[in-house]
Amino acid sequence: MDWETVVGLEIHAQLATASKIFSGASTRYGAPPNTQACLVDLGYPGVLPVLNARAVELAIKFGLAAHGEVALVSVFARKNYFYPDLPKGYQISQYDSPIVRGGYIDVVLDEHTIKRVRLTRAHLEEDTGKSLHEDFHGMSGIDLNRAGTPLLEIVSEPDMRSAAEAGAYMRAIHTLVRYLDISDGNMQEGSFRCDANVSVRRRGEDKLGTRTELKNLNSFRFVEKAIEVEARRQIEILEGGGRIAQETRLYDPDRDETRPMRGKEEANDYRYFPDPDLLPVVIDAAKIAALEAALPELPADKRRRFMQDYALSAYDADVLTSSRGLGDYYDELVESTKGTPKLAANWVMGELIGALNREHLEIGAAKISPAALGSLLDRIEDGTISGKIAKDIFEAMWTGEGEVDEIIEARGLEQISDTASLEALVVQVLAAHPEQVQQFRAGRAQVLGFLVGQVMKASQGKANPQEVNKILRAALQA
Amino acid sequence: MHEKTLAQLSAALRKRSVSSLELTRHFLDRIARFDAALNSFITVTAERALAQAAAADRRIAAGDATALTGIPLAHKDIFCTAQVKTSCGSRMLDNFISPYDATVVERLAAAGAVMLGKTNMDEFAMGSSNETSYYGVVHNPWNHECVPGGSSGGSAAAVAARLCSAATGTDTGGSVRQPAALSGITGLKPTYGRVSRYGMIAFASSLDQAGTLTRTAEDAALLLEAMAGLDARDSTSLDAAVPEYSQHVGTRWENVTIGVPDNFFDKGLDDGIATAIHAALGEYEKLGATLQRIRLDNVHLSVPAYYVVAPAEASSNLSRFDGVRFGYRADDALRGDLDSFYKRNRGAGFGAEVKRRILTGTYVLSAGYFDAYYLQAQKVRRLISDDFARAFADVDVIAGPTTPTPAFRIGQKTGDPIAMYLNDIYTIGANLAGLPALSIPCGFVDGLPVGLQLTGSHLSEPQLLKIAHHFQRATDWHSRMPPAYA
Repeated sequence: MDWETVVGLEIHAQLATASKIFSGASTRYGAPPNTQACLVDLGYPGVLPVLNARAVELAIKFGLAAHGEVALVSVFARKNYFYPDLPKGYQISQYDSPIVRGGYIDVVLDEHTIKRVRLTRAHLEEDTGKSLHEDFHGMSGIDLNRAGTPLLEIVSEPDMRSAAEAGAYMRAIHTLVRYLDISDGNMQEGSFRCDANVSVRRRGEDKLGTRTELKNLNSFRFVEKAIEVEARRQIEILEGGGRIAQETRLYDPDRDETRPMRGKEEANDYRYFPDPDLLPVVIDAAKIAALEAALPELPADKRRRFMQDYALSAYDADVLTSSRGLGDYYDELVESTKGTPKLAANWVMGELIGALNREHLEIGAAKISPAALGSLLDRIEDGTISGKIAKDIFEAMWTGEGEVDEIIEARGLEQISDTASLEALVVQVLAAHPEQVQQFRAGRAQVLGFLVGQVMKASQGKANPQEVNKILRAALQA
Repeated sequence: MHEKTLAQLSAALRKRSVSSLELTRHFLDRIARFDAALNSFITVTAERALAQAAAADRRIAAGDATALTGIPLAHKDIFCTAQVKTSCGSRMLDNFISPYDATVVERLAAAGAVMLGKTNMDEFAMGSSNETSYYGVVHNPWNHECVPGGSSGGSAAAVAARLCSAATGTDTGGSVRQPAALSGITGLKPTYGRVSRYGMIAFASSLDQAGTLTRTAEDAALLLEAMAGLDARDSTSLDAAVPEYSQHVGTRWENVTIGVPDNFFDKGLDDGIATAIHAALGEYEKLGATLQRIRLDNVHLSVPAYYVVAPAEASSNLSRFDGVRFGYRADDALRGDLDSFYKRNRGAGFGAEVKRRILTGTYVLSAGYFDAYYLQAQKVRRLISDDFARAFADVDVIAGPTTPTPAFRIGQKTGDPIAMYLNDIYTIGANLAGLPALSIPCGFVDGLPVGLQLTGSHLSEPQLLKIAHHFQRATDWHSRMPPAYA
């Protein structure tokens, strides 16, 4: 039987504000427990929430970038339930009147396939605190530092048809929020996490199957694995003639299985109603226009431009637009060098990304500026150095040895291109390898490569390979 | 000294014919002498009051005084006060010492007012008789067997008995005006948002408004001037300039049209009250006002709408009282699971009326009932606001009784919540519509005071206070003192 997996994601992105969404307490990560929770976060008697205007701006930016409709009026509601890490006994969220409605994201699945995933909505809400169940001798610890942290919950339509598509969508949203600089997207710190709604149906069927919700998936890999294992579980049940229970489940990465959460948390009636402590969020059109004008170039646009203007392959364009910083670096590099965009792309994707990965650095921390790398490529382009020597120079520049020309000068790396010097080297190599000369003349053309290598070696890599090739052929055919 | 109004005391202080220390000692003495019988205070802060009074005297000497500098006041125990117990009339907060001051407390302290203590109230402001307080009933100074009204019953009784020159209160459905009427004093509920709610323990956030319990409208004007104004910590506080109310009250009387809703005099209204109200309206005619009959057709819907909206918000507002971070925690709270932890704390920490409203509110917000109750009530709220808006197209102010009956006997209505709720039938409309309203003394029925309610349009406090002030210049109902406290 052929089954199709259907997935919708609810992504929680922590908005990059300095203070909380309804209080002045800091959102900095990693402080000792309960040191970043003020009276508002603690839900003290008499305190009131005051909306952080910055959080609203960041949400608007997302809405614009995701082609959604930014609501001129949206409303905060209370979601009521009891839990020790929810100090007020309700979470302030948006319910039937979210700040962003609709929209879509174009997700690159592979070099040839782009999938459009529709968004249902994106809304603002406050995070809860954290319950710590270990280390307290049968009791639970509560850390309210996170309580009141601003979140943007981004809800997709059930448009994804596999775990891989869901993973690609989640990466695309992650890339987008970082492009927009509205979230640091740090998954280890819980700044970016998601819930997945998963169902399966027979291929060709229109009706959606009963779904389960997988809670709190905090890595791309776990999202994909959890969806895969959950879809498999559902298919097994259905093929065995069973029914899927609509429920909330947790993914256990150690056992690679999903398990239902306790039933009690299922039965909650959240009794949403508009929060009377907060006025409706009214946004004027001028503000939206100003934020729209200030939006950076978005990943999809950048990708298209790289392919059109720089004649890059889809693959190269994908890699180079995977973060805003990388794309900006590449743009600056192309701008500053006489080398071709393709040469620039190869160097960014090869040496530069390699060096960054090796040292676990972000592009912003690259130790060679685009202009400096540009002059290195210029030296390749004008024939001063070979590509191979350039890689050594790159390393030297990375470790701070100086500018390109200084290093070439200091190390005497300039390429040897003058015919007289090269002919002398060729004569020397031919004399030293009479056997190979004979083989070549007997028709074994591949021996040429060996001989070129010997000349390069004799020149300590500085000989111009094209010239060497030419001179060698001439000498051998003489 | 205690027979003087706040305005008179203010003048005396600044003339230095009396010091704040003398005044404060005098009121503290009266509290010590009388309050055992009244039970109007939950906490008396004598030491702090004397320190504030000494500071006020220095300030007056330095020529840096405001109208309130040195004036001894009391705060309803719903306002958070740093370092002082803030109980909200509940066992739940019997052990709660607020780490901060409410905006109202902060502003009055900054003006130099002296805090004598915190007054008794219905638990979490839920009640119309001050009988739901964990700290016991408050007695009406005019008749100890009667209630003083509620929920600001302690404040009303304390002002009526001259145990303080004025007090703060809060009004969600009449909780300032109704006890003012039953205790024979002046109670002002300003426009919703006029006074910050920050630090005022929430009952029903969309209705709650801080107000004043004073002897006169002029005193209310002086207090409101210091309390009102935008507060960045309360998103619902109004960004509107604060007029000099006290300068305005005495200004010349102009043509005033007073609307009198016919249906406020239908069945249910005590005959003696009707007589007193008609007499008061006659007094206004003598002052040159024009009376005009109006109808507020949806007023009969105000009580049912209120008892959906207020409990709904309360059920959510009171969720924070769970015994986790502050407040009451049962001795056996940790025996059992998380649910039983909540149940033990909330079961024993809250009284019966609070539980009734939490249950009602939870019910009306539940899936399947939300539309029928909560949304329907919001529609009624809109209708009531529209009724008022229509009326204010023709009249400057609306006058009528504050309550359907004078103070009732302690225990008389505790078994019948509906009868108790109907006591607020005339006051709730102003809360649902967010309008300013006040109650002033206008007579007696069987030795118990009667209140005349005046309701104004949005932010019309200057005019409302002036209309009340002119009545008080012409009458002396506000000067009558309960004989036992003279």
